[in-house]
Amino acid sequence: MLIDWFTVGAQTLNFIILVWLMKRFLYQPILHALDAREKRIATELANAEAKQSEAQKERDEFQQKNKELDQQRAALLRQATDEAQAERQRLFDEARQAADALGAKRQETLKTDAHNQNQAIGLRAQQEVFAIARKVLADLAATSLEERMGEVFIRRLQEMKGETKAGLAEALKTKSDPALVRSAFDLPAEQRAAIQNALNETFSAEIRVRFETDPELISGIELTTNGLKVAWSIVDYLASLEQSVGEILQEKDRPAVKAAPQAEETQPEPENQ
Amino acid sequence: MRLSPDEIIFWQYGLFKLNATIVYTWGLMFVLAVGARLITRNFSTGLKRSRWQNLVEIVVTGIETQIEEVGLSQPRKYLGFLGTLFLFVAAASLSTVIPGYEPPTGSLSTTVALALCVFVAVPFFGIEEKGVGNYLKSYMEPTFIMLPFNLISEISRTLALAVRLFGNMMSGAMIIAILLSITPFIFPIVMTLLGLLTGMVQAYIFSILAAVYIAAATRVRKSRPEPEAQNIEA
Repeated sequence: MLIDWFTVGAQTLNFIILVWLMKRFLYQPILHALDAREKRIATELANAEAKQSEAQKERDEFQQKNKELDQQRAALLRQATDEAQAERQRLFDEARQAADALGAKRQETLKTDAHNQNQAIGLRAQQEVFAIARKVLADLAATSLEERMGEVFIRRLQEMKGETKAGLAEALKTKSDPALVRSAFDLPAEQRAAIQNALNETFSAEIRVRFETDPELISGIELTTNGLKVAWSIVDYLASLEQSVGEILQEKDRPAVKAAPQAEETQPEPENQ
Repeated sequence: MRLSPDEIIFWQYGLFKLNATIVYTWGLMFVLAVGARLITRNFSTGLKRSRWQNLVEIVVTGIETQIEEVGLSQPRKYLGFLGTLFLFVAAASLSTVIPGYEPPTGSLSTTVALALCVFVAVPFFGIEEKGVGNYLKSYMEPTFIMLPFNLISEISRTLALAVRLFGNMMSGAMIIAILLSITPFIFPIVMTLLGLLTGMVQAYIFSILAAVYIAAATRVRKSRPEPEAQNIEA
């Protein structure tokens, strides 16, 4: 008999026990471990995803901040540049004004100096010219300077023509006050008489004349009436001298101050108007 | 000539006896249980694990996958029964490499016991899944005329399970024994190797057939039962 029923029963029992043992010691622990591992992996994946999304968020935030920072920096830089530009402009203007003021002052000083010098030269030249003229006249013609001056003045009166003469005649005739004849020196009596005669002849009337001495009048004779004037003086010559001297000075000063001597170039007006 | 280890009796008291089948089965149970205990004692749930753990994990998940492929949607529910069937038969076959060891599956008593377990488990799981009425109704499908044939089929396939396994295991052991007496050196080794292969195939067939029977019994959808089983048996 191949089948032993007791053994069949025992083996059935054994198999049932084995099923229980295997379940207890093999399947449950393994399945538990597998589940735990799967759960753990899922958790880790979820964590990783969460971290990734968080990192992404932080990166975005960081980029945003960076951009803002860049913009702020650019704005600040622009502002600073503008301010610096304005400050530079201001300082530049200030410096230019200061330089201009200094230049003007210096020019003024130069002008004043030149003027003073001119005056000094003028006076000196006058004295020299008079001295030379006197000496020359005395040596050559045996006449005094004053005498010649008077003659020249008289000749000028006589040579007057046209509107000038008419205007002066009108003025002399209508004027109640005597005409004023000023001279840089005392005119001798014969000179006075000669001038009086010349006036009378020239204007064909009795001209009343008052003689005056004015040392400041630069070496000449002038007739003034009612705002009109006839004169002879060496001012014209002095003026041309002054101009020459001025040009010399200008040449000398040019390297130092460029525009300074411009004022010196004004032409002296002839005074016989 | 001894056909079954049942015939080796160590101890007997009346009806109770301790034959080699039972003792070898105990030995196998002991090895399996202690081995499982040892391996799973320091089970790690992390990513790092021991080789043995990897091995048993592969075996268990492999069985689980097979059960699922047969058509049982909840493999874990049946893993205890079907997995143990496979492991027991496979371990018994593997143990034949030990000299002097006779596999308990080479005893018709053992295979009948296993087949009876399947015979009981099929309606057990079927009723659990579908309820008593629905399960019993499945014997009268497609018509009530099929009831006796279904019952005969149920019994005959149980018998076939038992005899198939017994025949294969017994013949393997028998051939080795005969060859040992004729050509003691090379051929027994080759035949042992062949026997190992046969044993593994039988273990697979036994457990897969059991799974198919259970799947057919628990299937709610009405369909023609066991086409796969027929193919495998053929």
